[in-house]
Amino acid sequence: MQKIGVFICWCGSNIAATVDVVRVAEEIKREPGVVYSADYQYMCSENGQQLIKNAIKEYGLTGIVIGSCSPRMHEATFRKAAESVGLNPYMVEVANLREQVSWIHKDKEEATEKALILVRTAIAKVRLNAPLKEGESPVVKRALVIGGGIAGIQAALDIAEAGYPVDIVEKNATIGGRMAQLDKTFPTLDCSACILTPKMVDCAQNEKIDILSYSEIEEVKGYVGNFSVKIRKKARYVDETKCTGCKICMTKCPSKKGLDEFNMNLKTRTAIHIPFAQAIPNVAVIDPEQCLKLKTGKCGICQKFCGAGAIDYTMKDSFIERQYGAIVVATGFKPIDLTAFNEYGYADNKDVVTSLELERLMNAAGPTNGVLLRPSDMTHPKVITFIQCVGSRDVSGCGKPYCSKICCMYTAKHAMLIREKYPDTEVHVFYIDVRTPGKNYDEFYRRAVEQYNVDYIKGMVGKVYNENGKLMVQGSDLLNNEQIVIPSDLVVLATAIEPEPSVRKIATLLTASIDTNNFLNESHPKLRPVESPTAGVYLAGVCQGPKDIPETVSQASACAAKVIGLLAKDKLKTNPCVASSNEMMCNGCSQCANVCAYGAITYVDKEFRLGGGKTEIRRVASVNPAVCQGCGACTVTCPSGAMDLSGFSSKQIMSEVEAICKK
Amino acid sequence: MKICYYPGCTLKTKAKELDRYARLSAEALGVTMEEIENWQCCGAVYPTARDEIATKLSAVRALDYAKHNGGKLLTLCSACHNVIKRVNDDMTNDENIRTKANNYLALDEAYAGETQVIHYLEMLRDIVGFDAIKEKVVNPIGKKIGAYYGCLLLRPGKVMAFDNPENPTIIEDFLQAIGATPVKYPMRNECCGAYVALKNENLPKERSKAIVKNAESHGAEMLVTACPLCLYNIQKNGGMPVVYFTELLAEALGVK
Repeated sequence: MQKIGVFICWCGSNIAATVDVVRVAEEIKREPGVVYSADYQYMCSENGQQLIKNAIKEYGLTGIVIGSCSPRMHEATFRKAAESVGLNPYMVEVANLREQVSWIHKDKEEATEKALILVRTAIAKVRLNAPLKEGESPVVKRALVIGGGIAGIQAALDIAEAGYPVDIVEKNATIGGRMAQLDKTFPTLDCSACILTPKMVDCAQNEKIDILSYSEIEEVKGYVGNFSVKIRKKARYVDETKCTGCKICMTKCPSKKGLDEFNMNLKTRTAIHIPFAQAIPNVAVIDPEQCLKLKTGKCGICQKFCGAGAIDYTMKDSFIERQYGAIVVATGFKPIDLTAFNEYGYADNKDVVTSLELERLMNAAGPTNGVLLRPSDMTHPKVITFIQCVGSRDVSGCGKPYCSKICCMYTAKHAMLIREKYPDTEVHVFYIDVRTPGKNYDEFYRRAVEQYNVDYIKGMVGKVYNENGKLMVQGSDLLNNEQIVIPSDLVVLATAIEPEPSVRKIATLLTASIDTNNFLNESHPKLRPVESPTAGVYLAGVCQGPKDIPETVSQASACAAKVIGLLAKDKLKTNPCVASSNEMMCNGCSQCANVCAYGAITYVDKEFRLGGGKTEIRRVASVNPAVCQGCGACTVTCPSGAMDLSGFSSKQIMSEVEAICKK
Repeated sequence: MKICYYPGCTLKTKAKELDRYARLSAEALGVTMEEIENWQCCGAVYPTARDEIATKLSAVRALDYAKHNGGKLLTLCSACHNVIKRVNDDMTNDENIRTKANNYLALDEAYAGETQVIHYLEMLRDIVGFDAIKEKVVNPIGKKIGAYYGCLLLRPGKVMAFDNPENPTIIEDFLQAIGATPVKYPMRNECCGAYVALKNENLPKERSKAIVKNAESHGAEMLVTACPLCLYNIQKNGGMPVVYFTELLAEALGVK
């Protein structure tokens, strides 16, 4: 018979205000097996833990139940306290009296009853608990960074700085990401490329960093410390080791009408191309949709002119498989699709552009060589109207319910840069609210208003339409309580951002959870903001939530610190709550292996004695405890009841159910 | 086929042509519009106050009648369509309004939004089909015509579910079917000023002028509408011919 101790926490008034904690502690004393019961204001405090430790020693407790907050909060604290006085940590159970009782109920009588039931349930389980021992698994001292934008670049540089090898897998032909497309950066207005490209070069030159550009994640197996990742290197039709980046091919390629993605399709490019001047790697890539040789078999001009002999039209996708201890996801963002926003006339008017398109129109390496010309007729726009919150903070269903966070600042930046460079230009900005918290941010916005006389109009735009060549921007001026129409030459839409769509596939491969807006979930919104709930997976940049460059870089460095902390360990403790199969009952049906998301179950042929000297060979399931994550899917799937989970056995769960149902 | 029809007050007074040509055309297209018995004014404006029930009752009466007479209620006037469709949405989705309205009416069987409200244009598109209309056209219209939607057919977009409120095409498709050249102009879904005319005569004047100017700049020779109030405001202030879409339909079908 177990000797069980019960500890009921008040959590200040969090639990005690709604649950009669004294009564719970008193009544529970009468439960069979309970030899000690107490209540205390803060069980997680030093004194509270001491109370637990003393009771374990004094009463020789073999199992304890803590009635407190969610086990997600303090289970580890109480397990550690138990372990310190020699009680196996898996003999500790937590009854959640806060999140599941006091915070959601009002009636004290009912809440107290429910608290009693939950504590009895935990007692029923702990009676059947057995001591468990954590295993160990080795750590592969190499990190994978998915995405080669500023987030991935920073994370990789920091991890490499600590001495660990790191691979960047980037789906495009070059690293650099969105930041490479920007003209200037707020709030200091320094040139984006000038501060980004040295970091790109650092990546290329760092011998600890391996850049796998034009590559994608194909398959992920394993677990924290031991991921095995299959990477697809897409055929770029140019041998990376031979191409010197001389660009002769680009001058000779006859297929010149491809849309230049780097320039937001505002320019054309050749089929064989290097995305931009500072691309890393500085190696050409052939667009197979556009290449005449690949499409029709006729051409081959680039191959003829390539002095390095780097062109290979027969190249196929290839795969490499590598092991990693940790994975950083830094897949970034894209502006949302504007087809649902007919009111802004984006599809119908060339001179209605997104802010990212404007970045290219203002960039010296852009389609207009840095001279601000409007796309329709290449003239200087004299009146420019910005519309903020296009698709952000939008609950109509067309856009996104969240604030994209960066638009107020970059719109102020655009407005200021235009007023600075072209003082004769009239600039209007429609806004719902201007949100510029951050160091030197509000000062930046004030400068746009006060020093550069940008006309900020509080109100939304209902329609943008073309009338005799002018873009009529019809909106409301809420402060003057009137409807206004501003005839403009160029309209810029501060378009909402959303996670790069490929993140969905990556999240699935990593079994990393994702929210309704496709942002990856962090483990805890406040206290574990860079960790995914999936152990060993870390999040950097906009894939986790909208953020600007300074925040992205901070988060990337935070990720790197977490990765370094993990890789610095030689061994990791593994969760002992894993599944195992009772071979005598297993009929080898494979259903458990089919539901296992971690690939932890394999089958072995085993010889069984049947009695009378006869034997038989049967196929039975075998669980790899290092890979099993203890999710329990196999135990509920197994039709013969052969699978069971240590720490959460079917017997334990049934006894909990019985305790809940008992009157 | 026969279909329950709710004409509304304006179609019996100022907008008789809208109604008359609709009936003539429908007959020509094989649809008989059966005016429902004892219909009352829909209220003309959808009441947005959350506790306003009484003004919704006449719409519910019409809807309930249609429920027991074929399950569809055909509307023509944009304002009536807006009110009836929105009240029907309330009866479907708003338990508070549904309960109170049913308590008032004490029907044999409670009404819970079973009737399908369809506008005449939707009937042309979904029941008759624009292709079928095209085949029956004897006098192709052959003019450059701008569709003027106004607001009531389109908004609120999710409830009316009529067409894309920002970029509608149903009237343009209709115009194409009767042999006219539709002129798409951006202000075709802007408000004409509606009843504000009673309080501030200037506002609908300005709005109507802006709409007509915009239609003109895109090459329209005339406008069509489904709304008596839009027609009134545009006719009075706009300076461009504007007719009901049913009149053009009747003309095209040779029944005018």
